[in-house]
Amino acid sequence: MMRRLVGRVAPRGLWLLGALLLALMIAPHFANDYVLTVLILILYFSYTGQAWNIMMGFAGQLSLGHALYVGLGAYTAAALYVHFGIGPWIGLLAAVPVAMAAGAIIGFLAFRFGVAGVYFAILTIAFAEFARIGFDHVAYTGGSAGYFLPVAQYAHNDLWNLRGAPIMFYYVILALTVAAFVLCRLLLRSRVGYFWLAIREDEEAARALGIDTFRYKMIAVVISAGMTAVAGVFYAFYYNNLFPEQVFSIARSIELILAPIIGGIGTLFGPVLGAFVLTGLSEGMTDLLHALGFDIPGAKQVFYGICLLVVVVALPDGIWPWLSRRLGLERRR
Amino acid sequence: MTALLTIAGVSKRFHGLVAVDRVSCDVMPGEIFAVIGPNGAGKTTLFSMIAGALKPDEGEIAFQGGRIDGLRPDEICRRGVARTFQIVRPFPALTVEDNVMVGALLRTADVGRAAAIADDVLARLDLADKRDRVASSLTLPDRKRLEVARALATDPKLLLLDEVMAGLRPTETDRMVAILRELNAQGLTILLIEHVMRAVLALASRVLVLHHGASIALGKPADVVREPAVISSYLGAEAL
Repeated sequence: MMRRLVGRVAPRGLWLLGALLLALMIAPHFANDYVLTVLILILYFSYTGQAWNIMMGFAGQLSLGHALYVGLGAYTAAALYVHFGIGPWIGLLAAVPVAMAAGAIIGFLAFRFGVAGVYFAILTIAFAEFARIGFDHVAYTGGSAGYFLPVAQYAHNDLWNLRGAPIMFYYVILALTVAAFVLCRLLLRSRVGYFWLAIREDEEAARALGIDTFRYKMIAVVISAGMTAVAGVFYAFYYNNLFPEQVFSIARSIELILAPIIGGIGTLFGPVLGAFVLTGLSEGMTDLLHALGFDIPGAKQVFYGICLLVVVVALPDGIWPWLSRRLGLERRR
Repeated sequence: MTALLTIAGVSKRFHGLVAVDRVSCDVMPGEIFAVIGPNGAGKTTLFSMIAGALKPDEGEIAFQGGRIDGLRPDEICRRGVARTFQIVRPFPALTVEDNVMVGALLRTADVGRAAAIADDVLARLDLADKRDRVASSLTLPDRKRLEVARALATDPKLLLLDEVMAGLRPTETDRMVAILRELNAQGLTILLIEHVMRAVLALASRVLVLHHGASIALGKPADVVREPAVISSYLGAEAL
């Protein structure tokens, strides 16, 4: 397993990865509360981007409704906590299967009946929208008025119930991001990973090589949904409030996919790098515009949009493929 | 000796057009069997039915005694029938080695083992020195050989080749012929659809000639090319 994890990676890449991990481990001790919140956001998007990347980047299936899995994970864990006092870690055992089942239903409908490409993407949006409208009317979880987890001042960090200070959430999401990175690397270097790439590149050719494409696309959507639901549980306990209009909105789904697109679809570092660039840009823009005296409403969004446009036009494969060439991290034997 | 592949009275119609009309033939283990015919003769349709991309309207196709007509392409491949595509379809963003590893992973879940199989296949197809190249950067002759390599990595008993010589220069054709002959010598049965008569004459033990979907001749290449029906429909008068 270790060989699969580090095999065929340039040694310099491993050093950089180690340095990045170390920096992230010690970062909270040098960061104020604001920076810590930004870092949590970055890691959150790294994690969800990694999960989405399994479907799009590896298996080539464009999901534009990943907010569905975040929301299902969040609502399931929150409901268990609010109504039964069941903590988030046990809640995961329900939240993940619920999202996986939703992914399996969407996948089955799409892949069995040949719904592909943009039509598949529309189907994923439709299901997220069903959920948004549906949860608006579920009184059990607060409906459109929102669902709130009890918040109190905690004297200590309660990791078991995920109640506590941002620094605890930071380390939780860091651990999740590292775990997702390792999992994706292992998947990519295994049979299922190769089959996914084959399906992404040319589904008919993949089928001609004996790959049961239905089965492997189902595996991709189920794993991706399950991983995304974990982020949903984190979301619920970190923000302590859930509104269907926000959680399931298409804007949320788009937000999730920007990091891997900007960073580099199908790469392991893309989602991480993209999350740093995007969140950094978004937050830095606020400060920069303020410093420059540009306090016009909407200016931030316009500049943010221009920056994205520049990246997409200049580096259509994302930043990471370009950066890894620059850093001399091209794969070698 | 029992046939490896049996095609019995197979027909396929597209909206009233009979693309393949009650074609029957047997492919024996260890032979190189060629299907020739003018454009639109139904060669590729027949090929697609064997590979599972199309389902016959009539007739049966059996491989190693078991019916395969109507099975999905991936199921047919798992039974031991691998194919190439007329218009090559490598996985463009993957390296040559990864392309072939995808094929090898059909028979083993071990990535290291698949890499070893891929290296072996690439060596046999003169592609070993290009294994780290991205498939999209290859020239057409290399892509054609990659297509064969990938199919071969699935460890087939029968290899279906759809115009694998098309677009190759004579020297490249000879190279491919040599490779296929070598594979056949190692026990692989090959069914090929081919326009390049030079390759057919050099390789095939038997030839099936299709014309307007129907079988008009079946036999040894040297005999078949002398049949008047074949000459008039396919080879042209100048071949006389």
